Amino acid sequence: MKVKLNVKRTNPETGVNSYAKYEIDAERSVTLLDALIQVREYEDGTLALRCSCRSAICGSCSMRVDGRARLACRAKVIALTRDDPEHEITVEPMGNMPVIKDLVNDMESFWSKMRQVDPYLKPEGPEPEAEYRVSNEAMIDLTHTMNCIMCGACVSDCTVLEVDKNFIAPAALAKAYRVAADPRDDHEHDRLQKYSEYGGVWDCTRCNMCVEVCPKGVAPMDRILQLREMAIEHGIKGNAGARHTGIFTKSIEDGGRLNEVWMLPGSVGMFNVPRIMKEVPGALKMMRAGKLPIGQAIPPGFPGSHKMQGMDRVRNVIRKSASLKPKKAEVTES
Amino acid sequence: MTLKYAWWPGCVAKGAAPELYLSMKRVAQEMDIELVELEQATCTGAGVIQEQNPEMADALNARTFALAQQMGLPLMNVCSTCQGIESMVQDKLSKRPEYLEKVNAILADEGLKCTPGLEIKNFLWVLVEDIGLDKLKAMVKVPLSGLKIGPFYGCYILRPSQILGMDEHPDRDRYLEMVIEALGAEVVDYEGKKKCCGFPILTVNRENSLTQAGNHIHEAQELDADALVSPCPLCHLNLDAQQPAAKQVTKHEIDLPILHLPQLIGLALGVPAKEMRLDHHVVSTKKLLAKVAQPAAV
Repeated sequence: MKVKLNVKRTNPETGVNSYAKYEIDAERSVTLLDALIQVREYEDGTLALRCSCRSAICGSCSMRVDGRARLACRAKVIALTRDDPEHEITVEPMGNMPVIKDLVNDMESFWSKMRQVDPYLKPEGPEPEAEYRVSNEAMIDLTHTMNCIMCGACVSDCTVLEVDKNFIAPAALAKAYRVAADPRDDHEHDRLQKYSEYGGVWDCTRCNMCVEVCPKGVAPMDRILQLREMAIEHGIKGNAGARHTGIFTKSIEDGGRLNEVWMLPGSVGMFNVPRIMKEVPGALKMMRAGKLPIGQAIPPGFPGSHKMQGMDRVRNVIRKSASLKPKKAEVTES
Repeated sequence: MTLKYAWWPGCVAKGAAPELYLSMKRVAQEMDIELVELEQATCTGAGVIQEQNPEMADALNARTFALAQQMGLPLMNVCSTCQGIESMVQDKLSKRPEYLEKVNAILADEGLKCTPGLEIKNFLWVLVEDIGLDKLKAMVKVPLSGLKIGPFYGCYILRPSQILGMDEHPDRDRYLEMVIEALGAEVVDYEGKKKCCGFPILTVNRENSLTQAGNHIHEAQELDADALVSPCPLCHLNLDAQQPAAKQVTKHEIDLPILHLPQLIGLALGVPAKEMRLDHHVVSTKKLLAKVAQPAAV
């Protein structure tokens, strides 16, 4: 089978980028990694890439393939090309991290963000005589995050990190959940406080990119949402993100549909005048375009606020939905 | 044959983007689609309620599904975010029958029942899968030739792909391009088309949010786009209503009209711009409309 590759090359000395085209003959069962190794061995010995296990275990061969991060060892060429031999596969190094050479990234920022979340358990009190024992339920919940192989795919394609290098980013926040939600850790509150700061869980846009590209089902964004839920349960609500969730939920409980007008003051703080003032020119433009919903002028929860019809039935559903909440898994004494 | 859907317009179409609500109704009329609006349905939660109370959002969405099922109709939305949340909740409910049973016990108070298998489709999917591109092409009265249009999907209609029917419909991540071409316009291919518009964090981190929006608009504009089109009104809010602010934050010289999907369809179907409420945008659509009126350049 013919395989066409278009590989981004970076010269480490000059930093100059270019694209090199390769065409090889390979078996139909070939993975992208097999194809790249074949290029390196027989076509161009200067091509640099990282790999080790070739079995999606070590996480070394993450790269961008046709615009999205993947493990090269897990990507079958026929799947990437939809079995079209004329489809040229574009291969680039991961995004959001500096390139050392060709398909090799400098992962230092990945590791420093990982260290930033204290990625180890910190139990307090006397050690048990034997091992720490944890319920099955608690461990099942953590198996997603324990599957992380630190490949960097989620960090590569994170759309927030692209505009803000301060964001802790998906991999480290998934790890943060793994330690904060482990019943053996005794610093849950401090952790949640720290993770709720600028650059933490509330800066995620929930774009699902990390969920999409993660090769191991860690679903980092879902873990970020769980951290948000935990932070709110811990009463850590003094930030725009938690307030946003609060006013949004209140708006639906009150009127069934979103009160858009009050989202901003409700999130940034009702008396945060400098921040609210920033939105005034925009609000005026929206008003001029007939886009400011005047029917939502009264804040949720106040008499006369906007409500959809049949709110009594909606309230009944909301009230009773509390019974759907799962019970918390606990650490058991050994 | 008339296509008929239970229609959930979403909070934004009923609030800050009334032009979406009105243009969708107008285009439906033009395309012989019957939309039965779900007056009793609530917000999907947009992923926000889920941060604090996922079970509340599950129950409310199940209720919306049950309302559509009570009418025996598939559910249509005009919002990528609604689509994503509805697909996510449906996936969760269908994989956890015991949980669904508990949800249904709550809905039983209203005589409602949610059963797995409801068809839930954004208008974009309806266009390609239920109407079909050939039929759409045949309906075009004013081909948009000469226009360069950039697609902007909105995250939740694309990701996570495994719950959005991409196995069965692998081209769902190309539908916008296919529709733009069917209408006679040229597709502007740019990296930002599948990324986040930044809207969800507008109140949390304004600078990041507006930088995301501004960068995508700038990228498309640099490739000579005349407009972007989106099936998501939340993206529309950040890309259109916030565009002047995004311009200030990014310092990019941006001025690009952002169209709702039904508005673009309506233009090609010959619906007057006024009826598509193209004057209800923050970024003027006048330059774009002037191009539509002119015959295609030879």
